[in-house]
Amino acid sequence: MNTVSPYILLSAILFSMGVIGFLTRRNAIMIFMSVELMLNSANLAFVAFAHQWGQLDGQMFVFFVMAVAAAEVAVGLALIVTVFRSKKSANVDDLHQLKG
Amino acid sequence: MFGTQFNPSDLLAVAPEIGLTFWAFFILSLDFLKLPQLNRRVLGMLSAIGVLVVMVLATVLAPPADKGAVLLGGMIRHDLYAYVFDAVFIVAGALTCLLSIDFKPVRAGGEFFALVILATMGMCLMASANDIILLFLATETSSMALYLLAGFMRDTPRSAEAGMKYFIFGAVSSTIMLYGLSLVYGLSGQTGYEKIAAALTAPESPHMVGVFALLLVMIGFAFKTTAVPFHFWAPDVYDGAPTPVTGFISTASKAAGFAIMIRFLLYAFSPLAPTPATQVWVAMMQPVAILTMFLGNLLAITQTSVKRMLAYSSIAQAGYIMIGVTALAYAASRGEVNGAEPNAIAGVIFYIATYMFTNIGAFAIVGLVAQRAGGDNLKDFSGLARRSPYLALAMVAVLLSLTGAPPLVGFVGKLFLFRSAVDENLIGLVVVGVINVLISVFYYLGVVRAMYVERSPNESRPFPIPAVTGWVVLITSAAVLIITLVSTPFWDLALAAAKSLQTILN
Repeated sequence: MNTVSPYILLSAILFSMGVIGFLTRRNAIMIFMSVELMLNSANLAFVAFAHQWGQLDGQMFVFFVMAVAAAEVAVGLALIVTVFRSKKSANVDDLHQLKG
Repeated sequence: MFGTQFNPSDLLAVAPEIGLTFWAFFILSLDFLKLPQLNRRVLGMLSAIGVLVVMVLATVLAPPADKGAVLLGGMIRHDLYAYVFDAVFIVAGALTCLLSIDFKPVRAGGEFFALVILATMGMCLMASANDIILLFLATETSSMALYLLAGFMRDTPRSAEAGMKYFIFGAVSSTIMLYGLSLVYGLSGQTGYEKIAAALTAPESPHMVGVFALLLVMIGFAFKTTAVPFHFWAPDVYDGAPTPVTGFISTASKAAGFAIMIRFLLYAFSPLAPTPATQVWVAMMQPVAILTMFLGNLLAITQTSVKRMLAYSSIAQAGYIMIGVTALAYAASRGEVNGAEPNAIAGVIFYIATYMFTNIGAFAIVGLVAQRAGGDNLKDFSGLARRSPYLALAMVAVLLSLTGAPPLVGFVGKLFLFRSAVDENLIGLVVVGVINVLISVFYYLGVVRAMYVERSPNESRPFPIPAVTGWVVLITSAAVLIITLVSTPFWDLALAAAKSLQTILN
């Protein structure tokens, strides 16, 4: 077992937790947090792999991903607020006007 | 990776992106001036003209070299393939800006047009991305702007719901793709496509992890291109989003998904150097194409809303495009370099470009009818031929082209796609494609029937067409007819673009 394996294992666990959260949670904010957890698990994997390969590309990628995650917070919360205004709820089960 | 010397003239390779970013912020700052003469009509016109000027400038200043060039630390591949896709995105963006001017439900200010331009910019980067870092960033740039555009009608619950659904599914699929990319990086230690391919083909590379990473990345592409089983968001989002935005998402965003997918798969998981991962994606394409076509077409039949029907039809259209991708996969996996790959890629490019015009035209008319008749159901189209004969005629032209009725351009495009599949002995796939075309006749002609045969009490009421929307309808239907009449130069351009992508294989 080399030195980065525990980190990759941890990132896989975090990613799985994010996926499970995404599938089971019904509150939009919680779903959103699950997605953030998945993003950060990918970040952890990138940093660990960058360490393994002894180069900085992966670490640089993480900075970009952080910026993307911040932008996603802005966009996501704006949309959640918009939906909350019209439905008075952040529950995704209430999103049922569009179907068929 | 930044060991290469930076040359300022390399920045010309991203001239369209720089120009679009500049123009988006210019429009945004014009909006802040709050001048009465800068109303949304002027802003929309400025946006559309600006992006077209950017395209012309990019053509003059930085025409792609014959073989293409890898620039900016390996991030960008500047070739004709990217250039042709840029042109498709920019024309689609310009048409979307024009359409939004008279689309009353959207209270569009400068921020709406700026978002359209920024989404276009992200798509242009997607077409030229040659590195997994840029792949992720470009995809997110275009997606983020599109989430906001889909939910732009804040006071309409349906639009807010569409934006929210698009955002949730988009965010999770791109995150899954990111995790796949992290595994690709872990396996190869590289972020550039060609270097990834070289590292993944090494015999000691753990191939099963490679397959897993590829599948995760494919989820992101399948979301963008609305391939089954990641199509489920599309009908709801297309239905709820403002109609001009629907036209934009269903054409340009889908085209960008195909552009980035083909380049990534051909370069980073090149079938010329087979590994289990490349065999997986080659084998996957055919079933996905079949499922996507059938699902889109069968569900489109059951719809009463024309907008939602077009949403399912655009899933089916993605299935037709995937016939070309399947042919490409088989051609490339035969190992030797042959003449079949350029034909398949060119078929895909040609079909995407013509589909862009036809589908934006169709959504322009649907948006107009929905504003005049109060809804976009089939009954709202009743008697349209008597209220506005020219509009009905334009709708017939684009619908027949979407069906693939000869001699219209949709037929020519499908012919190219099917021919490249026949060249690879994919007879079964072509038969499925033809069956699907026949199924689609049913629902496309349902709209034609409503417009020409059915009567409506509103027939005598006038049907004013706003000038700019009228122009867009005219441009799109004229483009359909012109490309039908003189398809050769367009095909030659697509073929040249396909060959520029293929230089890596030689």
